[in-house]
Amino acid sequence: MAQDLPTASELLTAIADFLREEATPALDRIEPRLGFQMRVAVNALAILEREGRLGPAADAREHARLVRLLGRGGTLEKLNRELARQLRTGERDESDAGLMAHLEATVADKIAIANPKWR
Amino acid sequence: MTVHTPSEADQVRSALAAAAGRHFRGMARIENLVRQSGGASRQTWSFDALLEGERHALILRRDPPTNGKTDRERSVSIDRATEFRVLQAAHRAGVRAPEPLFELVSEDGLGEAYVMRRVGGTAIARKLLRDPPYAAARGRIARQLGEIAAAIHATDPSALPPLARREAADHVAGLRQSLDLLGTAQPVFELALTWLDRRKPAPLDRPLLVHGDYRTGNYLADESGVTAILDWELAHLGDPLEDLGWLCVKSWRFGAVDKPAAGFGSRQELWDAYERASGRKVDPARAHWWEVFGTVHWGVICLNQAWKHLSGSIKSMEHAAIGRRAVETEVDLLQLLKAEH
Repeated sequence: MAQDLPTASELLTAIADFLREEATPALDRIEPRLGFQMRVAVNALAILEREGRLGPAADAREHARLVRLLGRGGTLEKLNRELARQLRTGERDESDAGLMAHLEATVADKIAIANPKWR
Repeated sequence: MTVHTPSEADQVRSALAAAAGRHFRGMARIENLVRQSGGASRQTWSFDALLEGERHALILRRDPPTNGKTDRERSVSIDRATEFRVLQAAHRAGVRAPEPLFELVSEDGLGEAYVMRRVGGTAIARKLLRDPPYAAARGRIARQLGEIAAAIHATDPSALPPLARREAADHVAGLRQSLDLLGTAQPVFELALTWLDRRKPAPLDRPLLVHGDYRTGNYLADESGVTAILDWELAHLGDPLEDLGWLCVKSWRFGAVDKPAAGFGSRQELWDAYERASGRKVDPARAHWWEVFGTVHWGVICLNQAWKHLSGSIKSMEHAAIGRRAVETEVDLLQLLKAEH
């Protein structure tokens, strides 16, 4: 049976909003360093919310691209290990357009979760 | 954590009274002792020492006897005694840096520690980049950082304590070793390190003093601009452009993305000031190499910080969360490798 509302994403957002708008200003008055750490925590909750929403599809896209690029199957971890090995040895480099397109897409998906405002 | 037991503050206070008394020759009273924020393994305490009606505004730098350093950190960062001597040499050479006054001894019981004069200003990037009092300073900081870097690099090597020499090749090998220890696949960092490996600048005939962590957040500035360069623990001998490249890493612009020089100016502005003060031309390709290197370096540091939490050596949410900042440098690297020089 499905969970009742709110969804995980909505619940995480509600927690983050409460911590940011009510708890953090109070902490800033008492102990600025704890206020800073609370901002770090709120930021991490926002990452979790985005990861829950966007992560599975991003991982699936990355996996499909790696299978195509490397011409073999395997877990996401195993394929990334192989790609990292090829890049360390120089078998592949930035002159490979397919490689660069894959890395651009992977990094775009990762930053959309970790910090979408980064540019 | 800034939360410290009263006994820790009391211990620091009585050790400082004894050490300040030895240095200034008299009975010292310690007032306004406050632990500054930041630095889990490295502590900074601000205090005043009162002797015969005279007030000395001072700073204590201290490594508590036990801390959560990894072997790799221990191998690249210098100890407090060496840092004290580097600071002495740089300060005597006219570098805008706090004046180091005296070292503590093991009987003081504070671990490795020394005391320097307190300098005015803030290190908080957010304030320097946005707050009204610093509006005029913002127009000067890039140029000043170029001039101060030239002064650091002009420090007479014979006045320095023994320092490790680290060239481009050593740095690349060090980061590859870090990635191996982390044990997770990092394709973008591997790509960048191979790019760097193929284009390594040749070592200088005579390596110069490199600050090693020359960036916004590690200097103090007031309304007039930069007042002092801090955090010398990564000082070493090598290529001076390492400092200029690190200063331009996007992570130190704190949102001022279009101002590569520390968030305050253009690369050209920084290089022009450096060239005028040092008499040496800045090779843009070489500076670009060090900026790419610095970007991978910061990304690997982010992963390392998270690893310290995950491995249990430091239990810290801040350390854990910083692991997710590594991808910021992946974004930057893909942009930088396109802007080939």
